[in-house]
Amino acid sequence: MAEEVVRELRASFAAGRTRPAEWRAAQLKGLIRMIEEKEADITAALHDDLSKPSMESYLHEISLAKSSCKFALDGIKKWMKPEKVPAAITTFPSSAQIVSEPLGVVLVISAWNYPFLLSIDPVIGAIAAGNAVVLKPSEIAPATSTLFAKLLPEYVDNTCIKVVEGGVPETTALLEQRWDKIFYTGNGTVARIVLAAAAKHLTPVALELGGKCPVIVDSNVDLHVAVKRIAVGKWGCNNGQACIAPDYIITTKAFAPELVDSLKRVLERFYGKDPLESADLSRIVNSKHFQRLAALIEEKEVADKIVYGGQTDEKKLKIAPTLLLDVPQDTALMTGEIFGPLLPIVTVEKIEDSIDLVNSKSKPLAAYLFSRNKKLQQDFVANVPAGGMLVNDTALHLANPYLPFGGVGDSGMGSYHGKFSFDCFSHKKAVLIRGFGGEATARYPPYTAEKQKILRGLINGSFIALILALLGFPREKR
Amino acid sequence: MEAVAVAAGAREQLRASFSSGRTRPAAWRAAQLRGLLRMAAEMEAQICAALRADLAKPRTESYVHEISLVTSSCKFALKNLEKWMKPKKVPAGLLTFPSTARVTAEPLGVVLVISAWNYPFLLAIDPVIGAIAAGNAVALKPSEIAPATSSLLADLLPRYVDSSCIKVVEGGIPETTALLEQKWDKIFYTGNSKVGRIVMSFAAKHLTPVVLELGGKCPVVVDSNVDLHVAAKRIAAGKWGCNNGQACISPDYIITTKSFAPKLLDSLRKVLEKFYGKDPLRSADLSRIVNSNHFNRLKALMDEEMVSDKIVFGGQSDEQHLNIAPTLLLDVPLDSAIMKEEIFGPLLPIITVDKIHESFALINSMTKPLAAYLFSKDSKLKRQFERNISAGGMIFNDTGIHLTNPHLPFGGVGESGMGAYHGTFSFDAFAHKKAVLDRSFLGEANARYPPYTHGKLKILKGVMKANPLAMVQAIVGCTGGA
Repeated sequence: MAEEVVRELRASFAAGRTRPAEWRAAQLKGLIRMIEEKEADITAALHDDLSKPSMESYLHEISLAKSSCKFALDGIKKWMKPEKVPAAITTFPSSAQIVSEPLGVVLVISAWNYPFLLSIDPVIGAIAAGNAVVLKPSEIAPATSTLFAKLLPEYVDNTCIKVVEGGVPETTALLEQRWDKIFYTGNGTVARIVLAAAAKHLTPVALELGGKCPVIVDSNVDLHVAVKRIAVGKWGCNNGQACIAPDYIITTKAFAPELVDSLKRVLERFYGKDPLESADLSRIVNSKHFQRLAALIEEKEVADKIVYGGQTDEKKLKIAPTLLLDVPQDTALMTGEIFGPLLPIVTVEKIEDSIDLVNSKSKPLAAYLFSRNKKLQQDFVANVPAGGMLVNDTALHLANPYLPFGGVGDSGMGSYHGKFSFDCFSHKKAVLIRGFGGEATARYPPYTAEKQKILRGLINGSFIALILALLGFPREKR
Repeated sequence: MEAVAVAAGAREQLRASFSSGRTRPAAWRAAQLRGLLRMAAEMEAQICAALRADLAKPRTESYVHEISLVTSSCKFALKNLEKWMKPKKVPAGLLTFPSTARVTAEPLGVVLVISAWNYPFLLAIDPVIGAIAAGNAVALKPSEIAPATSSLLADLLPRYVDSSCIKVVEGGIPETTALLEQKWDKIFYTGNSKVGRIVMSFAAKHLTPVVLELGGKCPVVVDSNVDLHVAAKRIAAGKWGCNNGQACISPDYIITTKSFAPKLLDSLRKVLEKFYGKDPLRSADLSRIVNSNHFNRLKALMDEEMVSDKIVFGGQSDEQHLNIAPTLLLDVPLDSAIMKEEIFGPLLPIITVDKIHESFALINSMTKPLAAYLFSKDSKLKRQFERNISAGGMIFNDTGIHLTNPHLPFGGVGESGMGAYHGTFSFDAFAHKKAVLDRSFLGEANARYPPYTHGKLKILKGVMKANPLAMVQAIVGCTGGA
């Protein structure tokens, strides 16, 4: 089945269907219409899959997908134009340009936590760049997956844009095919499998993975604002099930009590005294992840570090916002990506020590610092490798289409959003244009010392040498 | 076992050096690049001697195609280093108002460069230039199939650059495998697609991003509407004038019309005789075949039944000296080995078609090449070629030279590779572009926070539609009612 799909898309692509700007614009407009007309259905699917609050469904998925479409629509004509670049003296006379061409037939494998956005957003890039695309939505968000399978054919050209639903067997079958690019959003274990499959066909990939996104909190801050922004980036993003949600906090031993106190107050304001009943928190996606998270806080050496929250409701798959203080570094909670509503706070003597601690772990997708201290800010930006970073807020950088969104090291490779999405799915073909004039016979065998001298001069940028070369020195019989 | 120890040891040392921050300052990077410049200038004779030993490479080619390109690559990096290292401001956007946004380039860390045998000096140093410019520590594994250059690099680099951060590890398959088993922050490989797959499989285990500069069959389409003499010279220079065809961007095969082929052949023969004389096996201006392995491979391509009788020029070979003369073949079968594999040698098949447009389908029936060439004055044909042929790069009315333009990305697509380098692209290949968003504690939009209400949603929708009133409401802390 995977083979047939690829065959059909290759034929559509070879027929040139996806190349014209009009076709690409029409697909993007179709997606915008789909988002506008089916907003209620999309919100309902996200609620089914994640109990996602409708505010988050709108703000974090629907509106971002729509603005991404619009940004691409606005940019397409410009992005598709060849980019002229300076010509080199060594190839004088010539003109040079870089042409963006589609890679061909691409595969987008999406994730379960932002199942609408993380499917549409890469597909937007694939379409804008002129590719045919297969979307494999996450089976762990089945309502959204089904919705895509139903809606996309109604709104876009399904000879070139297809949805293939399924789990591990279907994904494996897709990965065995030859694609011109694979775009995967998810975790590091599956990413290695995707990359190994891609290696067999020399298929380039973009991997949007995760990691433990640290939040360093200095004492020199507006604490109330900082804490609100941390909370909204953590529990206000799918209840912590987001690749860029704060994973853990680092602060000084001295400042920790104040910070914890402030967090508790904000959490109570946001979610009330009984957060398990709050309609403003996503549930945990399924029982597998519920068990995983419950085990993290039940671990010996961890359970007694809970300073707030910890309540769970297995039937409803809910876990309340939970704060922990100084959990040992070698616990599961502190080694793997949490991806849930648990927020450990680690204390250090001096705030500067936090940088070494962050760097002792693998490079995260995002890193955050709350501080007014300019030197600490500079140190943080210069010395903490991460996909992206924010100073004095969390998560927002993904809303800026001029910033590349992607990881580094274990948090991924490649990036997208805005024009980076277009570039991600394009090949930048170098084109050098010459006429038949400007023959430099010094270039041709038989090689002589005189010719070499002229060439040396030419290469070193000497205009005289260039002129001599073009005048056909050294003179030879034709 | 020893190979593993050497590989692990090299990587550990490089990691320690990188962690100490040695490679970060612009001054360090510039010093290394100047060291490489000095090395290319002071050691020109030794480098040419090594290339002669490894490939019988003519001195002119050693200078023009390897040494001078390294020199200009270093100079370009030195000139642009400060600009590349500066963060680039980007528009901040209304949604995160007030904020500033920028993209900063940071080194990936510790990188591995695996080089090729055909341009063993250039293809080792050029990627290393990018790695250094971007602030990485780097391990270089030169090709063992060019042993004189490999030894020379192992000897010279420690004398000219900081060997705590730039190391040469020599060796063959066991040593390369041991290196590939380590965790690197990037692997840059130049070579063939079979080993490219192996490199990428190793990289997959550590989620290491790669650049693969591979090859393919670079086609040359020759229209009848050309200056034939100039075209023939330029094709010949790109083929036999580039390491006797052993170059990833050498013309691999020609496509022309049945009616034009005789003229083209005639012109090529004349040019070949002018370039290399009546006895090309004796010409000092042709590289030899690198080793007997490749010599036998090329001989087998020519000797295949249904192919050997298509030789229309050349075909002479000298096994003792590993020389094969420039050889033209006319209309070999498309399913012969010479038309299925990358030739990488001095054999040039010419395939004829009825109409020149048929060349497109033929090219597209093969995997995407590293370079594609068209000789024609016909603008329409050129436009169609550019639109319908996908290749790493392309040139109209010449061959090979696009790699000398540092403003053009040099790299493949599909089977011919992934990623690109040269000029700024070398720096980018070895850097991570980190997004940085800066906010202050002002500009709090309470509408953003739970508990979520209709009023807040309304304000935020307004902000997203860039409605100024909504923005003001958001910032002055309205929540639009409970």
